[in-house]
Amino acid sequence: MADTRPDTHHDVEHAPELAELGLEDKPDGPAAAAMVAAGFGILVLGLLTVLSEASVPLHDFLEKLEFNRGVGPLAGKTILAVAAWAVSWALLAVLWRRKDVNLKTAFSVGLVLGIIGALGTFPPIFLKFGE
Amino acid sequence: MEVSYREAWTVVHGLILGTAFLLAFTGGLAELWALRPGMNTAAGVVKRLRRLYIGTWAMVAIAWATVISGTWIIYPWYRAKLAIVGEDELAGCVGAVLPSATCSPRDFLLSNASGQTHSWHEFGMEWKEHISWAAPLLATAAAFVVTYYGARLIARPWVRAVALVMFVGAFGAAVVGGAFGAFLNKVAPII
Repeated sequence: MADTRPDTHHDVEHAPELAELGLEDKPDGPAAAAMVAAGFGILVLGLLTVLSEASVPLHDFLEKLEFNRGVGPLAGKTILAVAAWAVSWALLAVLWRRKDVNLKTAFSVGLVLGIIGALGTFPPIFLKFGE
Repeated sequence: MEVSYREAWTVVHGLILGTAFLLAFTGGLAELWALRPGMNTAAGVVKRLRRLYIGTWAMVAIAWATVISGTWIIYPWYRAKLAIVGEDELAGCVGAVLPSATCSPRDFLLSNASGQTHSWHEFGMEWKEHISWAAPLLATAAAFVVTYYGARLIARPWVRAVALVMFVGAFGAAVVGGAFGAFLNKVAPII
């Protein structure tokens, strides 16, 4: 059901052409959840990539999630990263469903998590943990 | 003219989905960039948004299809260990100039049988196979933000900028995957 709150974000003041569209205001929480969850998913991918090099038992566990398709540990890394992304998004979306979360903070958190995760997928970094 | 089953999949994964991804990204980026105050009538906003939703969600679908097909269909052909003979893991690649039935693309690159090729695997493939998965996550988040705010993005330049950053981030991750995929398929094709 659409939120029927007044225009608390003053969108029509900034863009008068929106008045004709009769838009209903929405809280920022769900968008913040999407931003943080995307960064978290990439962070988990990067962490698993690094840890898979550093830990043989974890490497073997991640490899078991390939279901005999020959994908190797990449299967486990990506399945768990996507699961972490989906679950964190769902949880945050429920938690922040009707809240006006600070979007700049949410984006900054997501960005930092994403950058750390992306660095974890960079071979010159993660291969050092396998030496 | 003949294309093998495996070659056909590499064409679907890299060429067809890759081209569609580029088209969806370009269209979505142009529409998102143009959502600015004073540049559209109300009727124009509705039409522009329709194109924007199609572009962004098409990019999401293509990104997921690309990483899933790449990881679960093509990657196992790339990384199969075919060259093992006794203790020597790469014996089947001796004298090879291309991958073969006894030397998978991964075996071929690591064997250095035809020049210094091991870095193509250790840097190119290792980076590509991981970072590409950031593309669907970022594209989905960007598409959600675009759909959630819709026309209100016109009044919120900061949120529009965030959507653009995630959108371009998804494209960047896909470019790493796509570029290395093209090079790797040139150096060690899946046949």
